[in-house]
Amino acid sequence: MLAGIVMSVLRLNVFFLRRWLEAPFVGVENYRLAIDVNGGIGRGMLVSFGVTVGYTLLVVGLSWLLGIFGATLLQRRFPGRGVLRTLFLVPYAIPVYAAVITWKFMLARDDGMLNHLLDQLGITDGTTFWLLGDNAFASIVVVSVWRLWPFALLTLMAGLQSIPDELYEAAEVDGAGMWQQFRRLTLPMLRPVNLVLVLVLFLWTFNDFNIPYTLFANSVPPAANVITMYVYQGSFQTWNFGLGSAMSVLLLGFLLVVTLLYLVLTSRRSRHA
Amino acid sequence: MHESRTFQVIRAVGLTLLTVFVLAPLFVMVSSALKPLGDVQGEFRWIPSSVTLRPFVDIWSTIPLAKYFANSLLVSLAATLFSVVIAILAAYAVSRYSFRGRGFFRMTVLSTQMFPGILFLLPLYLIYVNISQVTGIALNGSRLGLVLTYLTFSLPFSIWMLAGYFESIPRGLDEAAMVDGAGPMRIVWRIVVPAARPGIVAVAIYAFMTAWGETLFASVMTNDSSQTLAIGLREYSTQVRVYWNQVMAASLVVSVPVVVGFLLLQRHLVRGLAGAVK
Repeated sequence: MLAGIVMSVLRLNVFFLRRWLEAPFVGVENYRLAIDVNGGIGRGMLVSFGVTVGYTLLVVGLSWLLGIFGATLLQRRFPGRGVLRTLFLVPYAIPVYAAVITWKFMLARDDGMLNHLLDQLGITDGTTFWLLGDNAFASIVVVSVWRLWPFALLTLMAGLQSIPDELYEAAEVDGAGMWQQFRRLTLPMLRPVNLVLVLVLFLWTFNDFNIPYTLFANSVPPAANVITMYVYQGSFQTWNFGLGSAMSVLLLGFLLVVTLLYLVLTSRRSRHA
Repeated sequence: MHESRTFQVIRAVGLTLLTVFVLAPLFVMVSSALKPLGDVQGEFRWIPSSVTLRPFVDIWSTIPLAKYFANSLLVSLAATLFSVVIAILAAYAVSRYSFRGRGFFRMTVLSTQMFPGILFLLPLYLIYVNISQVTGIALNGSRLGLVLTYLTFSLPFSIWMLAGYFESIPRGLDEAAMVDGAGPMRIVWRIVVPAARPGIVAVAIYAFMTAWGETLFASVMTNDSSQTLAIGLREYSTQVRVYWNQVMAASLVVSVPVVVGFLLLQRHLVRGLAGAVK
């Protein structure tokens, strides 16, 4: 990691790869390039950062919502509960590239299932590009949610199990309906689990590389060009490792600030409560 | 407990929708793997025109799938083994002893979840290049390098999770063993490990799945002889028309072992997570 910071102040390119400690020192030039919104690289980074923030918020939000929805529905015994619980975990168990390749096939313009389905239902004429242009953003969000929500489900189910049944029985005696039990009892009791879960989901999504890389490979459309892909292209396709390092360090700084802020804010609120 | 009619309806509808969402790609994967080539090129077919196992035979010869499979298996198993052993020892130290920098260590472990993998990629890559030059041990492009890399990201989470789990094991057990004259190592392997089995299984699954599915480092740090499935599978799509039936068959083949293992052990995983979050 220290090496990463050192590299970020060097003009490190393919010529110096084998003896990178001898690369010329350029000070903050890499950082200047990375944040200069008037330059091409800085503007690209800003746009990509915006895409990533939107992508992360959507994926974390939707995964959590599906997770809590599923966990609540599966909380009580009914026939088929065990089967569904197991089935819902499959997306998280499949190796990410195998799952994403399947999505890629489903989203393919000519051969894919989605266009065929939409055509059969009469919604579109079945010629939409899902992996090019602006639709790529929706595609990557759906694929990521599909992949990640089982983790939310698993964690929230574990959290729900630790809430004693007596509390629900007491609430029922007091005349609380389902929704009230959920709001007044389930949510507050899940708070510690939620705090960790949301943070982990956020960090995983923000830093994820596997899904965009497998879905788009080296031709990622601007609408879905998340920051990890941008840094990767900056480093390994243009061979400018110093710049790539500077961008990584900036990202790390951003994540540290957000995480600390999150921890401080949430711990303060729980102290007041 | 009382369940209202409305709740039952919501549950039925909600669970149906979730099932469709989860199943759609799985259906495509399985059905397409059984289709002849003509069925997967051009218009999508819900039902195969004829069921064939041919894709499962062809996948092994179109690309060197067996080699990638062996590489993935070797790297993932080695990473899992090291990760579990080291994590057990480290987690025990963190949960039982107070030493200087303990709080700092815990924070560091948690904060590694924040680091973009890409931040590690460049330094590790260049460090491996250097080590290879100085010592002649080829880390860059080798399976060993990949194992080391995977350890750096599966270990922190494993230690953190196991430490949480170890906390839930009563210290009285350790102390009783200590009175009987058992050393720390004996206590770890004879008392703590058996008591924490669900947590350890959970960590092993996590480490294996992380390594088996990793793409970023595998894309940069491997060469022709050490390439893993994550990168190898992409070779099916280099043709002008993709052999989607073969791609799906191969995806199925690489998924089944992990999915079956995961589902068999998921009860442990839930318990392990519950222990760690508490």
